[in-house]
Amino acid sequence: MLIKTSTELSDSAVTPEAIYLQRRQFLQLGIAATASLLAPKLFAAANPIASATKSPLSTNEELTPLDSVTSYNNFYEFGIEKTDPAQHAHTLVTTPWTINIEGEVEKPGMISMDDILKNFPLEERIYRLRCVEGWSMVIPWIGFSLSSLLKQFKPNSRAKYVQFISVDRPEQMIGQKQKVFEFPYQEGLRIDEAMNPLTLLSVGLYGKVLPNQNGAPIRLVVPWKYGFKSIKSIVTIRLVEKQPLTSWQKALPNEYGFYSNVNPEVDHPRWSQKKERRIGEFFKRKTLMFNGYTDQVASLYNGMDLRKDY
Amino acid sequence: MFKPSLFVLCLFPILWLLWRESMGQLGANPIEAMIRELGLWALRLLLLTLSVTPIRQLLQWHALVRVRRMLGLYCFFYAVLHVIFYLWLDQSFDVSDIFNDIVKRPFITVGFLSFVLLIPLAITSSNRMIQRMGGKQWRQLHRLVYLIGMLSVLHFWWMAESKSRLAEPWLYAIALAVLLAIRIPLTRLFLKTSAR
Repeated sequence: MLIKTSTELSDSAVTPEAIYLQRRQFLQLGIAATASLLAPKLFAAANPIASATKSPLSTNEELTPLDSVTSYNNFYEFGIEKTDPAQHAHTLVTTPWTINIEGEVEKPGMISMDDILKNFPLEERIYRLRCVEGWSMVIPWIGFSLSSLLKQFKPNSRAKYVQFISVDRPEQMIGQKQKVFEFPYQEGLRIDEAMNPLTLLSVGLYGKVLPNQNGAPIRLVVPWKYGFKSIKSIVTIRLVEKQPLTSWQKALPNEYGFYSNVNPEVDHPRWSQKKERRIGEFFKRKTLMFNGYTDQVASLYNGMDLRKDY
Repeated sequence: MFKPSLFVLCLFPILWLLWRESMGQLGANPIEAMIRELGLWALRLLLLTLSVTPIRQLLQWHALVRVRRMLGLYCFFYAVLHVIFYLWLDQSFDVSDIFNDIVKRPFITVGFLSFVLLIPLAITSSNRMIQRMGGKQWRQLHRLVYLIGMLSVLHFWWMAESKSRLAEPWLYAIALAVLLAIRIPLTRLFLKTSAR
Protein backbone atom coordinates (compact mmCIF):
# COMPACT_ATOMS: atom_id res chain seq x y z
CA MET A 1 0.00 0.00 0.00
CA LEU A 2 1.22 3.40 -0.90
CA ILE A 3 1.05 5.80 2.03
CA LYS A 4 2.06 9.23 1.10
CA THR A 5 4.20 10.83 3.74
CA SER A 6 5.44 14.37 3.77
CA THR A 7 9.18 14.64 3.48
CA GLU A 8 9.27 18.36 4.33
CA LEU A 9 9.25 18.11 8.08
CA SER A 10 12.35 17.10 9.96
CA ASP A 11 13.07 16.18 13.53
CA SER A 12 14.07 19.70 14.45
CA ALA A 13 10.59 20.95 13.57
CA VAL A 14 9.02 18.89 16.32
CA THR A 15 7.64 20.98 19.16
CA PRO A 16 9.67 20.40 22.31
CA GLU A 17 7.66 18.33 24.77
CA ALA A 18 7.72 20.92 27.57
CA ILE A 19 6.21 23.57 25.40
CA TYR A 20 3.69 21.12 23.94
CA LEU A 21 2.48 20.17 27.41
CA GLN A 22 2.05 23.86 28.36
CA ARG A 23 0.57 24.93 25.04
CA ARG A 24 -2.68 26.11 26.54
CA GLN A 25 -0.92 28.37 29.01
CA PHE A 26 1.24 29.86 26.27
CA LEU A 27 -1.80 30.53 24.16
CA GLN A 28 -3.52 32.25 27.05
CA LEU A 29 -0.41 34.32 27.76
CA GLY A 30 -0.21 35.36 24.12
CA ILE A 31 -3.82 36.42 24.01
CA ALA A 32 -3.48 38.31 27.29
CA ALA A 33 -0.38 40.13 26.08
CA THR A 34 -1.97 41.17 22.80
CA ALA A 35 -5.18 42.23 24.51
CA SER A 36 -3.37 44.36 27.05
CA LEU A 37 -1.48 46.10 24.27
CA LEU A 38 -4.52 46.60 22.08
CA ALA A 39 -7.19 47.27 24.73
CA PRO A 40 -6.19 50.84 25.58
CA LYS A 41 -6.04 51.62 21.88
CA LEU A 42 -9.41 49.99 21.26
CA PHE A 43 -10.90 51.70 24.31
CA ALA A 44 -9.41 55.00 23.24
CA ALA A 45 -10.80 54.62 19.75
CA ALA A 46 -14.24 53.82 21.09
CA ASN A 47 -14.11 56.38 23.90
CA PRO A 48 -11.52 59.06 23.21
CA ILE A 49 -12.77 61.46 25.85
CA ALA A 50 -12.68 59.05 28.75
CA SER A 51 -9.17 57.94 27.84
CA ALA A 52 -7.54 61.33 27.50
CA THR A 53 -3.95 61.50 28.67
CA LYS A 54 -2.69 63.86 31.33
CA SER A 55 -0.97 67.03 30.19
CA PRO A 56 2.05 68.78 31.72
CA LEU A 57 0.25 72.06 31.02
CA SER A 58 -2.27 71.28 33.78
CA THR A 59 -2.34 73.14 37.05
CA ASN A 60 -2.58 71.20 40.29
CA GLU A 61 -4.94 73.66 41.94
CA GLU A 62 -8.18 72.46 43.47
CA LEU A 63 -10.86 71.73 40.89
CA THR A 64 -14.13 73.62 40.84
CA PRO A 65 -16.96 71.14 41.57
CA LEU A 66 -18.66 69.77 38.47
CA ASP A 67 -22.11 71.05 39.40
CA SER A 68 -20.78 74.59 39.69
CA VAL A 69 -18.96 74.27 36.36
CA THR A 70 -22.16 73.12 34.67
CA SER A 71 -24.67 75.43 36.40
CA TYR A 72 -22.92 78.84 36.44
CA ASN A 73 -22.40 79.85 32.84
CA ASN A 74 -22.41 82.92 30.65
CA PHE A 75 -23.91 81.70 27.38
CA TYR A 76 -26.34 84.39 26.30
CA GLU A 77 -27.59 82.23 23.41
CA PHE A 78 -29.58 80.43 26.10
CA GLY A 79 -30.48 83.44 28.27
CA ILE A 80 -28.63 86.12 30.18
CA GLU A 81 -28.79 84.73 33.69
CA LYS A 82 -26.03 82.42 34.89
CA THR A 83 -28.54 79.66 35.54
CA ASP A 84 -30.22 79.94 32.12
CA PRO A 85 -27.80 77.85 30.04
CA ALA A 86 -28.13 74.80 32.29
CA GLN A 87 -31.91 75.08 31.97
CA HIS A 88 -32.25 75.84 28.27
CA ALA A 89 -29.18 74.46 26.50
CA HIS A 90 -30.64 71.00 25.98
CA THR A 91 -32.52 72.25 22.92
CA LEU A 92 -29.31 72.59 20.88
CA VAL A 93 -28.67 69.60 18.63
CA THR A 94 -24.95 68.88 18.77
CA THR A 95 -24.67 65.85 16.48
CA PRO A 96 -23.93 65.78 13.65
CA TRP A 97 -21.55 68.76 13.77
CA THR A 98 -18.97 70.04 11.37
CA ILE A 99 -16.49 72.90 11.55
CA ASN A 100 -15.79 74.90 8.44
CA ILE A 101 -12.15 75.93 8.09
CA GLU A 102 -11.83 78.71 5.52
CA GLY A 103 -9.95 81.82 4.51
CA GLU A 104 -6.19 82.11 4.18
CA VAL A 105 -5.45 78.39 4.22
CA GLU A 106 -4.07 76.13 1.52
CA LYS A 107 -6.66 73.43 2.08
CA PRO A 108 -9.96 74.94 3.17
CA GLY A 109 -12.69 72.47 4.01
CA MET A 110 -14.98 70.97 6.56
CA ILE A 111 -14.17 68.56 9.32
CA SER A 112 -16.71 66.57 11.30
CA MET A 113 -16.65 65.97 15.04
CA ASP A 114 -16.15 62.27 14.34
CA ASP A 115 -13.01 62.99 12.36
CA ILE A 116 -11.77 65.41 14.98
CA LEU A 117 -12.14 62.82 17.72
CA LYS A 118 -10.42 60.24 15.53
CA ASN A 119 -7.48 62.29 14.31
CA PHE A 120 -6.43 64.41 17.25
CA PRO A 121 -5.28 62.63 20.42
CA LEU A 122 -7.00 64.10 23.42
CA GLU A 123 -5.44 65.36 26.63
CA GLU A 124 -6.85 66.41 29.95
CA ARG A 125 -5.81 70.01 30.60
CA ILE A 126 -6.68 71.48 33.98
CA TYR A 127 -6.84 75.22 33.33
CA ARG A 128 -7.84 78.27 35.29
CA LEU A 129 -10.64 80.24 33.65
CA ARG A 130 -11.10 83.88 34.67
CA CYS A 131 -14.31 85.65 33.72
CA VAL A 132 -14.11 89.38 33.05
CA GLU A 133 -16.89 89.81 35.63
CA GLY A 134 -14.48 88.86 38.44
CA TRP A 135 -15.01 85.18 39.17
CA SER A 136 -12.93 82.19 38.22
CA MET A 137 -12.87 78.42 38.10
CA VAL A 138 -10.42 75.56 37.70
CA ILE A 139 -11.72 73.16 35.09
CA PRO A 140 -10.37 69.81 33.82
CA TRP A 141 -10.92 70.28 30.10
CA ILE A 142 -10.50 67.47 27.57
CA GLY A 143 -9.13 68.55 24.22
CA PHE A 144 -6.15 69.20 22.00
CA SER A 145 -4.12 72.21 20.93
CA LEU A 146 -5.80 74.39 18.30
CA SER A 147 -2.43 74.52 16.53
CA SER A 148 -2.77 70.85 15.55
CA LEU A 149 -6.03 71.51 13.75
CA LEU A 150 -4.80 74.69 12.07
CA LYS A 151 -1.62 73.01 10.87
CA GLN A 152 -3.67 70.36 9.10
CA PHE A 153 -5.34 73.06 7.01
CA LYS A 154 -2.07 74.87 6.35
CA PRO A 155 -2.51 78.61 6.95
CA ASN A 156 -0.69 80.68 4.32
CA SER A 157 1.49 83.74 4.80
CA ARG A 158 -1.48 86.12 4.72
CA ALA A 159 -3.04 84.44 7.76
CA LYS A 160 -2.36 86.97 10.51
CA TYR A 161 -5.45 86.37 12.63
CA VAL A 162 -7.91 83.59 13.34
CA GLN A 163 -11.61 84.38 13.48
CA PHE A 164 -14.09 82.06 15.22
CA ILE A 165 -17.82 81.98 14.72
CA SER A 166 -20.38 80.30 16.94
CA VAL A 167 -23.52 78.46 15.87
CA ASP A 168 -26.51 80.48 14.67
CA ARG A 169 -29.76 78.60 15.30
CA PRO A 170 -32.45 80.78 16.88
CA GLU A 171 -34.94 77.92 16.61
CA GLN A 172 -32.74 75.87 18.97
CA MET A 173 -31.39 78.63 21.20
CA ILE A 174 -33.90 80.67 23.16
CA GLY A 175 -31.58 83.61 23.80
CA GLN A 176 -30.92 83.98 20.08
CA LYS A 177 -34.64 83.91 19.42
CA GLN A 178 -35.16 86.67 21.98
CA LYS A 179 -32.26 88.65 20.45
CA VAL A 180 -30.68 89.42 23.83
CA PHE A 181 -27.34 90.08 22.09
CA GLU A 182 -26.01 90.34 18.56
CA PHE A 183 -25.57 86.81 17.24
CA PRO A 184 -23.83 84.72 16.01
CA TYR A 185 -21.10 85.20 18.60
CA GLN A 186 -17.70 85.95 17.08
CA GLU A 187 -14.20 85.96 18.53
CA GLY A 188 -10.65 86.20 17.30
CA LEU A 189 -7.02 85.61 18.12
CA ARG A 190 -3.75 86.73 16.63
CA ILE A 191 -2.12 83.85 14.74
CA ASP A 192 0.66 83.41 17.31
CA GLU A 193 -1.88 83.35 20.13
CA ALA A 194 -3.84 80.71 18.21
CA MET A 195 -0.70 78.62 17.63
CA ASN A 196 0.39 78.78 21.27
CA PRO A 197 0.32 75.28 22.81
CA LEU A 198 -1.94 76.50 25.63
CA THR A 199 -4.74 77.41 23.24
CA LEU A 200 -7.12 74.51 23.50
CA LEU A 201 -9.98 73.15 21.45
CA SER A 202 -12.05 71.37 24.06
CA VAL A 203 -14.55 68.56 23.48
CA GLY A 204 -15.10 67.47 27.05
CA LEU A 205 -14.66 68.15 30.73
CA TYR A 206 -14.36 66.03 33.87
CA GLY A 207 -13.77 62.99 31.67
CA LYS A 208 -17.11 63.35 29.90
CA VAL A 209 -18.46 64.89 26.74
CA LEU A 210 -18.82 68.67 26.91
CA PRO A 211 -22.27 69.54 28.32
CA ASN A 212 -24.34 71.82 26.08
CA GLN A 213 -24.20 74.72 28.54
CA ASN A 214 -20.39 74.58 28.44
CA GLY A 215 -20.18 74.97 24.68
CA ALA A 216 -20.85 71.55 23.14
CA PRO A 217 -19.69 69.93 21.03
CA ILE A 218 -16.46 71.91 20.64
CA ARG A 219 -15.22 75.17 22.08
CA LEU A 220 -12.08 77.22 22.53
CA VAL A 221 -10.26 77.67 25.82
CA VAL A 222 -7.71 80.49 25.99
CA PRO A 223 -6.81 80.44 29.68
CA TRP A 224 -4.72 83.62 29.83
CA LYS A 225 -7.56 85.77 28.52
CA TYR A 226 -10.90 86.72 29.99
CA GLY A 227 -13.44 83.93 29.61
CA PHE A 228 -15.58 85.59 26.94
CA LYS A 229 -12.75 84.97 24.44
CA SER A 230 -13.18 81.22 24.93
CA ILE A 231 -15.91 80.96 22.33
CA LYS A 232 -18.36 78.09 22.54
CA SER A 233 -20.09 75.80 20.02
CA ILE A 234 -17.78 76.69 17.15
CA VAL A 235 -18.95 76.22 13.57
CA THR A 236 -16.44 78.31 11.59
CA ILE A 237 -12.73 78.96 11.89
CA ARG A 238 -11.53 81.56 9.41
CA LEU A 239 -7.93 82.59 8.83
CA VAL A 240 -7.82 86.28 7.96
CA GLU A 241 -5.38 89.06 7.24
CA LYS A 242 -7.01 91.87 9.20
CA GLN A 243 -7.82 91.87 12.90
CA PRO A 244 -11.42 90.67 13.16
CA LEU A 245 -14.00 92.55 15.21
CA THR A 246 -15.23 90.48 18.17
CA SER A 247 -18.80 90.46 19.50
CA TRP A 248 -17.99 92.20 22.79
CA GLN A 249 -15.85 94.78 21.00
CA LYS A 250 -18.86 95.57 18.88
CA ALA A 251 -21.25 95.68 21.85
CA LEU A 252 -19.15 97.80 24.25
CA PRO A 253 -15.89 98.89 22.59
CA ASN A 254 -14.67 101.03 25.48
CA GLU A 255 -15.01 98.09 27.88
CA TYR A 256 -13.94 95.05 25.87
CA GLY A 257 -10.92 94.96 23.61
CA PHE A 258 -9.49 92.48 21.15
CA TYR A 259 -6.74 91.14 23.37
CA SER A 260 -8.57 91.05 26.74
CA ASN A 261 -5.62 89.48 28.51
CA VAL A 262 -6.20 88.87 32.20
CA ASN A 263 -4.45 91.86 33.76
CA PRO A 264 -4.90 93.02 37.36
CA GLU A 265 -3.24 96.33 36.48
CA VAL A 266 -5.84 97.34 33.92
CA ASP A 267 -9.28 97.86 35.41
CA HIS A 268 -12.53 97.39 33.59
CA PRO A 269 -14.16 100.83 33.30
CA ARG A 270 -16.85 99.76 35.78
CA TRP A 271 -14.94 97.54 38.19
CA SER A 272 -11.49 96.62 39.40
CA GLN A 273 -9.71 93.56 38.02
CA LYS A 274 -7.32 93.23 40.94
CA LYS A 275 -9.25 90.48 42.64
CA GLU A 276 -11.46 87.56 41.71
CA ARG A 277 -13.82 85.20 43.44
CA ARG A 278 -12.75 81.60 42.90
CA ILE A 279 -16.09 79.84 42.78
CA GLY A 280 -16.41 77.70 45.90
CA GLU A 281 -14.13 79.94 47.96
CA PHE A 282 -15.34 82.34 50.60
CA PHE A 283 -13.00 85.29 50.22
CA LYS A 284 -11.67 86.82 47.05
CA ARG A 285 -8.15 86.18 45.86
CA LYS A 286 -5.62 88.27 43.95
CA THR A 287 -5.87 88.08 40.18
CA LEU A 288 -2.64 87.04 38.47
CA MET A 289 -1.15 88.62 35.37
CA PHE A 290 -2.15 86.54 32.34
CA ASN A 291 -4.16 84.44 34.80
CA GLY A 292 -0.91 82.89 36.00
CA TYR A 293 0.26 81.85 32.52
CA THR A 294 2.94 84.54 32.23
CA ASP A 295 5.71 82.05 31.50
CA GLN A 296 3.93 80.64 28.50
CA VAL A 297 2.49 83.79 26.94
CA ALA A 298 4.18 86.99 28.17
CA SER A 299 6.58 86.95 25.22
CA LEU A 300 3.66 87.30 22.80
CA TYR A 301 3.12 90.82 24.07
CA ASN A 302 6.67 92.19 24.27
CA GLY A 303 6.66 95.88 23.50
CA MET A 304 2.89 96.17 23.61
CA ASP A 305 1.07 98.63 25.83
CA LEU A 306 -1.52 96.33 27.38
CA ARG A 307 -3.42 99.30 28.78
CA LYS A 308 -3.96 100.55 25.24
CA ASP A 309 -4.41 97.10 23.77
CA TYR A 310 -6.83 95.91 26.42
CA MET B 1 -51.51 92.61 66.59
CA PHE B 2 -50.52 94.07 63.27
CA LYS B 3 -47.22 95.62 64.29
CA PRO B 4 -45.65 92.53 65.89
CA SER B 5 -46.70 90.39 62.92
CA LEU B 6 -45.10 92.86 60.55
CA PHE B 7 -41.96 92.84 62.69
CA VAL B 8 -41.65 89.09 62.30
CA LEU B 9 -42.59 89.20 58.63
CA CYS B 10 -39.77 91.64 57.89
CA LEU B 11 -37.26 89.19 59.33
CA PHE B 12 -38.38 86.52 56.90
CA PRO B 13 -36.14 87.62 53.98
CA ILE B 14 -32.88 87.40 55.93
CA LEU B 15 -33.86 84.14 57.60
CA TRP B 16 -34.87 82.58 54.30
CA LEU B 17 -31.63 83.79 52.72
CA LEU B 18 -29.46 82.33 55.48
CA TRP B 19 -31.39 79.07 55.35
CA ARG B 20 -30.85 78.73 51.61
CA GLU B 21 -27.16 79.52 52.04
CA SER B 22 -26.79 76.79 54.64
CA MET B 23 -28.48 74.35 52.25
CA GLY B 24 -26.21 75.38 49.37
CA GLN B 25 -29.20 76.61 47.38
CA LEU B 26 -27.75 79.93 46.39
CA GLY B 27 -25.91 78.63 43.35
CA ALA B 28 -22.24 78.69 42.47
CA ASN B 29 -21.66 82.23 43.73
CA PRO B 30 -23.64 82.46 46.98
CA ILE B 31 -21.89 85.59 48.26
CA GLU B 32 -22.86 87.57 45.18
CA ALA B 33 -26.40 86.20 45.52
CA MET B 34 -26.62 87.26 49.18
CA ILE B 35 -25.29 90.77 48.61
CA ARG B 36 -27.68 91.18 45.70
CA GLU B 37 -30.72 89.94 47.61
CA LEU B 38 -30.02 91.99 50.73
CA GLY B 39 -29.77 95.10 48.55
CA LEU B 40 -33.04 94.24 46.83
CA TRP B 41 -34.84 93.89 50.16
CA ALA B 42 -33.46 97.21 51.37
CA LEU B 43 -34.81 98.81 48.21
CA ARG B 44 -38.17 97.05 48.50
CA LEU B 45 -38.57 98.17 52.10
CA LEU B 46 -37.65 101.69 51.08
CA LEU B 47 -40.41 101.64 48.49
CA LEU B 48 -42.83 100.16 51.03
CA THR B 49 -41.95 102.94 53.46
CA LEU B 50 -42.57 105.49 50.73
CA SER B 51 -45.93 103.93 49.93
CA VAL B 52 -47.30 104.47 53.45
CA THR B 53 -48.18 108.14 52.99
CA PRO B 54 -49.94 107.76 49.59
CA ILE B 55 -51.94 104.74 50.84
CA ARG B 56 -52.82 106.60 54.02
CA GLN B 57 -54.10 109.53 52.07
CA LEU B 58 -55.85 107.57 49.38
CA LEU B 59 -57.60 105.16 51.70
CA GLN B 60 -57.72 107.50 54.69
CA TRP B 61 -56.05 104.67 56.63
CA HIS B 62 -54.17 106.84 59.07
CA ALA B 63 -53.19 104.04 61.42
CA LEU B 64 -50.70 102.95 58.79
CA VAL B 65 -48.32 105.70 59.88
CA ARG B 66 -47.52 103.59 62.93
CA VAL B 67 -45.72 101.03 60.81
CA ARG B 68 -43.81 103.53 58.74
CA ARG B 69 -40.94 103.79 61.19
CA MET B 70 -40.62 100.02 61.45
CA LEU B 71 -40.51 99.68 57.69
CA GLY B 72 -37.93 102.46 57.46
CA LEU B 73 -35.73 100.93 60.12
CA TYR B 74 -35.98 97.54 58.47
CA CYS B 75 -34.88 99.19 55.23
CA PHE B 76 -31.86 100.43 57.16
CA PHE B 77 -31.36 96.98 58.67
CA TYR B 78 -31.14 95.32 55.27
CA ALA B 79 -29.00 98.16 53.92
CA VAL B 80 -26.55 97.67 56.79
CA LEU B 81 -26.37 93.93 56.09
CA HIS B 82 -25.93 94.59 52.37
CA VAL B 83 -23.06 97.00 53.08
CA ILE B 84 -21.41 94.79 55.71
CA PHE B 85 -21.54 91.74 53.44
CA TYR B 86 -19.98 93.81 50.65
CA LEU B 87 -17.24 95.28 52.89
CA TRP B 88 -16.46 91.93 54.51
CA LEU B 89 -17.10 89.13 52.00
CA ASP B 90 -16.51 91.05 48.81
CA GLN B 91 -13.70 93.36 49.85
CA SER B 92 -12.24 91.65 52.94
CA PHE B 93 -12.32 95.05 54.70
CA ASP B 94 -9.46 96.22 52.50
CA VAL B 95 -9.62 99.98 52.93
CA SER B 96 -7.71 100.93 49.79
CA ASP B 97 -9.77 98.55 47.62
CA ILE B 98 -12.98 99.94 49.10
CA PHE B 99 -11.79 103.51 48.61
CA ASN B 100 -10.95 102.76 44.99
CA ASP B 101 -14.36 101.22 44.46
CA ILE B 102 -16.17 104.23 45.94
CA VAL B 103 -14.14 106.75 44.01
CA LYS B 104 -13.84 105.03 40.64
CA ARG B 105 -17.04 103.04 40.26
CA PRO B 106 -20.08 105.27 39.80
CA PHE B 107 -22.57 102.67 40.96
CA ILE B 108 -20.70 102.21 44.23
CA THR B 109 -20.31 105.96 44.67
CA VAL B 110 -24.09 106.44 44.58
CA GLY B 111 -24.67 103.32 46.67
CA PHE B 112 -22.27 104.55 49.33
CA LEU B 113 -23.86 108.00 49.30
CA SER B 114 -27.31 106.50 49.55
CA PHE B 115 -26.28 104.48 52.60
CA VAL B 116 -24.56 107.38 54.31
CA LEU B 117 -27.70 109.50 53.91
CA LEU B 118 -29.79 106.75 55.52
CA ILE B 119 -27.78 106.94 58.73
CA PRO B 120 -29.09 110.27 60.08
CA LEU B 121 -32.60 109.10 59.24
CA ALA B 122 -32.10 105.92 61.26
CA ILE B 123 -30.55 107.81 64.17
CA THR B 124 -33.39 110.34 64.33
CA SER B 125 -36.17 107.78 64.04
CA SER B 126 -37.11 107.63 67.74
CA ASN B 127 -39.94 109.63 69.37
CA ARG B 128 -37.41 111.38 71.55
CA MET B 129 -35.46 112.57 68.51
CA ILE B 130 -38.65 113.84 66.86
CA GLN B 131 -39.36 115.84 70.00
CA ARG B 132 -35.83 117.17 70.26
CA MET B 133 -35.70 118.20 66.63
CA GLY B 134 -39.19 119.52 66.39
CA GLY B 135 -41.68 118.23 63.86
CA LYS B 136 -40.87 120.69 61.13
CA GLN B 137 -37.10 120.11 61.12
CA TRP B 138 -37.57 116.38 61.48
CA ARG B 139 -39.84 116.30 58.44
CA GLN B 140 -37.33 118.35 56.46
CA LEU B 141 -34.50 115.96 57.29
CA HIS B 142 -36.58 112.91 56.49
CA ARG B 143 -37.46 114.25 53.07
CA LEU B 144 -33.95 113.02 52.27
CA VAL B 145 -35.64 109.66 51.71
CA TYR B 146 -36.66 110.90 48.25
CA LEU B 147 -33.04 111.49 47.30
CA ILE B 148 -32.05 108.19 48.92
CA GLY B 149 -34.68 106.42 46.82
CA MET B 150 -33.34 107.94 43.63
CA LEU B 151 -29.72 107.16 44.48
CA SER B 152 -30.61 103.57 45.39
CA VAL B 153 -32.42 102.96 42.12
CA LEU B 154 -29.48 104.51 40.26
CA HIS B 155 -27.13 102.25 42.21
CA PHE B 156 -29.11 99.20 41.07
CA TRP B 157 -29.41 100.49 37.52
CA TRP B 158 -25.71 101.11 37.05
CA MET B 159 -24.84 97.82 38.69
CA ALA B 160 -26.73 95.82 36.06
CA GLU B 161 -23.82 94.49 34.12
CA SER B 162 -24.89 94.70 30.54
CA LYS B 163 -27.60 96.58 28.73
CA SER B 164 -29.85 93.58 28.53
CA ARG B 165 -30.23 93.19 32.31
CA LEU B 166 -32.17 96.37 32.97
CA ALA B 167 -35.62 94.78 33.25
CA GLU B 168 -35.52 94.63 37.05
CA PRO B 169 -34.02 98.10 37.63
CA TRP B 170 -36.68 99.48 35.29
CA LEU B 171 -39.43 98.07 37.52
CA TYR B 172 -38.00 99.70 40.61
CA ALA B 173 -37.42 102.98 38.79
CA ILE B 174 -41.04 103.06 37.70
CA ALA B 175 -42.28 102.15 41.18
CA LEU B 176 -40.20 104.93 42.70
CA ALA B 177 -41.31 107.43 40.08
CA VAL B 178 -44.95 106.62 40.82
CA LEU B 179 -44.43 106.90 44.59
CA LEU B 180 -42.72 110.28 44.21
CA ALA B 181 -45.06 111.69 41.60
CA ILE B 182 -48.17 110.68 43.50
CA ARG B 183 -47.11 112.91 46.38
CA ILE B 184 -47.53 116.08 44.42
CA PRO B 185 -51.29 116.10 43.84
CA LEU B 186 -51.95 114.15 47.06
CA THR B 187 -50.04 116.60 49.22
CA ARG B 188 -52.04 119.50 47.85
CA LEU B 189 -55.26 117.57 48.41
CA PHE B 190 -54.25 116.65 51.94
CA LEU B 191 -53.34 120.19 52.85
CA LYS B 192 -56.69 121.37 51.54
CA THR B 193 -58.67 118.80 53.49
CA SER B 194 -56.70 119.16 56.70
CA ALA B 195 -56.68 122.94 56.70
CA ARG B 196 -58.69 124.15 59.68
